[in-house]
Amino acid sequence: MLRLENVHKTFDPGTINEKHALTGIDLSLSEGDFVTVIGGNGAGKSTLLNAVAGLWPIDCGRIIIDGQDVTGLPDFKRAAFIGRVFQDPMTGTAASMQIEENLALAARRGKRRTLKWRITAKERKSFREKLKLLELGLEDRMSAKTGLLSGGQRQALTLLMATLIKPKLLLLDEHTAALDPKTAQKVLAATERIISEDGLTALMVTHNMRDAILHGNRLIMMNEGNIILDIRGEQKRGLTVEDLLHKFEEISGEQFASDKAILG
Amino acid sequence: MGEYFASLSLAGLTGRIPAGIAQGIIWGIMALGVYITYRLLDIADLSVDGTFSTGAAVTVMLILAGHNPWLAMTAAFFAGLLAGVVTGLLHTMLGIPPILSGILTQYALYSVNLAIMGFKANTAISVDRYALVLSSRYVNSAILTGGILVLTIIALLYWYFGTEAGAALRATGCNAVMSKAQGININVCKVIGLSLSNGLVALSGGLFAQYSGFADVNSGRGAIVIGLAAVIIGEVAGEALLGKRLNFAMRLLFVVVGGIIYYLVYTLVLWLKLDSNLMKLFTAVIVAIFLAVPYLRKQSRSSFRLAARLARKGEKQDAQA
Repeated sequence: MLRLENVHKTFDPGTINEKHALTGIDLSLSEGDFVTVIGGNGAGKSTLLNAVAGLWPIDCGRIIIDGQDVTGLPDFKRAAFIGRVFQDPMTGTAASMQIEENLALAARRGKRRTLKWRITAKERKSFREKLKLLELGLEDRMSAKTGLLSGGQRQALTLLMATLIKPKLLLLDEHTAALDPKTAQKVLAATERIISEDGLTALMVTHNMRDAILHGNRLIMMNEGNIILDIRGEQKRGLTVEDLLHKFEEISGEQFASDKAILG
Repeated sequence: MGEYFASLSLAGLTGRIPAGIAQGIIWGIMALGVYITYRLLDIADLSVDGTFSTGAAVTVMLILAGHNPWLAMTAAFFAGLLAGVVTGLLHTMLGIPPILSGILTQYALYSVNLAIMGFKANTAISVDRYALVLSSRYVNSAILTGGILVLTIIALLYWYFGTEAGAALRATGCNAVMSKAQGININVCKVIGLSLSNGLVALSGGLFAQYSGFADVNSGRGAIVIGLAAVIIGEVAGEALLGKRLNFAMRLLFVVVGGIIYYLVYTLVLWLKLDSNLMKLFTAVIVAIFLAVPYLRKQSRSSFRLAARLARKGEKQDAQA
């Protein structure tokens, strides 16, 4: 479903801030793969997701989604294939617009936006049913502005928006990191449910090693702009946080520098 | 002092109110354009100072050439659309910040407007010789025509911003990252918004030229400030009168109400025999105050000065204890 071939990206080349953020990534995801991505600060996890989303052009390599080469497409064109949820809850929704307006915008992802009315009665009904499944009471507040919602509610709504039209690929960039632990678990549970119900292919970046082990059928670890570990299936199920830390030190020759990852 | 008050007649004021309303309606159309860029797209577009005069110039020159005034105003609208596209492309295709893009367009339009008027700074048009859409000579009918026109425009804007395309434009102004993630081409939305805005401003310029009986190359100077004043006054009035019931249609309506209030105040200033040349200063001060209110309100709740004062108070109490 997703294939990356020798993807390189250097930020601020030729300056003192030059950073080789992606160093020749090769990665291939089959349909239905739910891959968790871990790694220390600056390892290139978010950069990897942003490269796939098309925030900026890569320096060399190829990105292929479902057989189509998207390397030359900007983010808003790749949006036809990709659903995204961001770390900052403010990013995923339009605060001054209603919940149902936000959903209606998402229901037209990848389609032409015409002079038809922005939301139909039929859509409103289906939005209500989908919001109900989130169990946040949003189905009764569909005409409320999203700016009035809590961070957790906004993330859950963003998740619903990202998957309203089944994406070929779902990108989750630490989408629970800004939430309190209880809300984070709720949003993660909704994520798990939607991914498994719709059989989505997903990449989920997380700081939390336990979440990375618990969720998905495959785990990749990044360091210095490349993938240093790729564990799947049976092998992944038996993993522990200690295993991962040990493996990280073994492969990279450094100590895993994030307390959050160890404590998480 | 007594002499000054004696010279003011109440009849003089009430007599001038209809003219204030008519002018307010005409400038209200301009303010609707400013609302699209300033509030919906979150861009302060300064091209409007130029496009207002463009609208005036195109309308007057076409009417003088024997064309139907409505056709002339349609042409003015399209000229405004085009000017907005230029600003939009300067910003989206060439990466020039929106404020500078607007200033460049406005600056260039000065020459363009002069050229349209045959390199004369002022061209008169008489309501006696041409069937103008409205005129200050017939104020009541100007209010009626302007009112119908403005309500039609509000209805069309309400419809457009309720469509899929219009909602995408509003989303672009509200959250660009989210819009791109939802597959919206934000550059196209910005160009459309800037274009539509300048089209309305030019239309307003065309009306104003007919109302006042001439097109002047300087008629748009400071238009952005008057537009902002109308938008802000309208919002304050709307929120005060309607509170939570201030929906989108009413917001648009109150932008025009803001324009009318502005011109009624202007009328009052003239009636008080204050120098109308001071009106620009007065307007700028009013707009600055209203723009500053949200910031100052925030400061009054939380600022370093406040924190220091509370800390000193705490110290004193500790010392007493």
